Amino acid sequence: MPPFSRGFLGRRQSAATAGRLPPGQYETRDFPVLSAGPTPQTPLAKWDFALRGANGQIARWTWEEFTALPRQTTTKDIHCVTKWSKFDTVWEGISVDTLLSEAAAKGVASSPFVLARCDGGYTTNVPLADVTGGKAWVAFMYDGKPLPPEHGGPARLLVPHLYFWKSAKWVRELRLMENDAPGFWESLGYHNYGDPWREQRYAGDE
Amino acid sequence: MNSASSESHEPVVAGERLADARRVDGNAAAGILSEVFVQDLTAARAKCAGCGVTRTIGTLIVYAHGMGMVVRCPGCDRVMLRLARTPTHVWLDSTGATSIVISRDAS
Amino acid sequence: MSPGGSAPRIAWRLATVIDVVPETPRTRTLVLNVPGWPGHRAGQHVDVRLTAEDGYQAERSYSIASSPGDTRLSLTVERLSDGEVSPYLSEVLHAGDMLELRGPIGGYFVWDIPTGGPLFLVGGGSGIVPLMAMLRHRSAALATADARQRLPARLLYSSRRWDEVIYRDELARLAEKDPTLQVTHTLTREQPEGWSGFHRRIDRAMLEEVAWPASDQPRVFVCGPTPLVESVASSLVELAHQPTLIKTERFGPTGGAV
Repeated sequence: MPPFSRGFLGRRQSAATAGRLPPGQYETRDFPVLSAGPTPQTPLAKWDFALRGANGQIARWTWEEFTALPRQTTTKDIHCVTKWSKFDTVWEGISVDTLLSEAAAKGVASSPFVLARCDGGYTTNVPLADVTGGKAWVAFMYDGKPLPPEHGGPARLLVPHLYFWKSAKWVRELRLMENDAPGFWESLGYHNYGDPWREQRYAGDE
Repeated sequence: MNSASSESHEPVVAGERLADARRVDGNAAAGILSEVFVQDLTAARAKCAGCGVTRTIGTLIVYAHGMGMVVRCPGCDRVMLRLARTPTHVWLDSTGATSIVISRDAS
Repeated sequence: MSPGGSAPRIAWRLATVIDVVPETPRTRTLVLNVPGWPGHRAGQHVDVRLTAEDGYQAERSYSIASSPGDTRLSLTVERLSDGEVSPYLSEVLHAGDMLELRGPIGGYFVWDIPTGGPLFLVGGGSGIVPLMAMLRHRSAALATADARQRLPARLLYSSRRWDEVIYRDELARLAEKDPTLQVTHTLTREQPEGWSGFHRRIDRAMLEEVAWPASDQPRVFVCGPTPLVESVASSLVELAHQPTLIKTERFGPTGGAV
């Protein structure tokens, strides 16, 4: 065990919020930016969003079409694997349930796994069951304002019940897949599923 | 990471790039790389699997934060190295670097 | 590459803080005793690791400020307002405390006498730290006027204000004693009354005025916030300096480790 640094507290949680914090987390009032690359700058006129089935069928929306879909506002706590948690974050976007049902009407078949693909090359994988039933959105507003680029704007995936690396920034496509395929961090030592309440941070946890 | 597709739609890789203030360079990767390699890697040279240009690792662009480090080619932006450190392991993906050349002379 | 050869794996060591020296309102130097320190080269850095009582750890990198010849290791730390580690190192840590570190690290951004010159150093904010190690090394190693004449040096140093210039007095003393060392400051936000020096960010025109001509083939080291480093490096290449002679270290947005 390394020696203690006298007086070093790191980040500390307050007793008031202890019940809302998953194990090993601390509360932050900031909104840290973690990036694997330069901030993509896709103009809205060129942006589109796709839901692609394993059968090859694709449903696609332009920005105008996307933002015209029935939207939801949701307030959630978010938890980053680097140990910060932020409470009561307010998002507005399209529920993935809505996207899936719109896509089904266009012939996109369902599959048990989803791979999110993003501008800049980032990917993350999630079981279909974790983005349905009101658990996930593609969000384009944060805190009542358009989602800024450094936080994933124009739109990001939001899956708040899992560690926040699953809420992929700059998302452009949800690809439905018959087989699970680990994404960017999942293939580099992080947990394939990422439940903060079971503290599934790294491959091999629990 | 980006699989080839016969479809015309592929996620667009960065349009106009912002002057990204969060990036540093390969010198920041030296500590974590020292857990993988015996020799110091900042003076080593790596060839980008994307554009084929060979550069000193200290000059590569590094995006580093609590989850890990992504080392990118300053020319074509391709990810050359990916590094993550868990409590028990260091993970290194070097598939973006065709070759890494390290001087045996420690000085 | 033979494991266990002439370059042993870098191990964590326990250093003792001997002294804490204020430099500017937001920076101070930690003077450390590191048992078994293997020595270092000017420009290298160390990783520092802090452990709280509950086991929580934070790690950051800091450039070594001291010359390779010093018996003590010095690190100069800038306190960042949103930092996790820097407030601890710049306010809480005091003489007698222990500090875990490993190093020296870095084989690219290094300069020693055999590398040669002339030497051109460009620093922004806390980017001065590794450059100061180079100047201290140069001063200690070049004992005669002749030796210095053969390896002259210029420093261009960008700071926001006069009272934020790290090592200000020492740089003045070094330059005064040594006519082969030229120190040029630029103050980008505020200048003291009567200031006749540069008062803008480093740009191509300033570099053209201050740097050695490209034909002299100077060894160049640029260190500081990422945008400054990239802008200076590009300008120097535009001024015909050879890219292979320009070495850079980007500290990120705040000019140092968070």
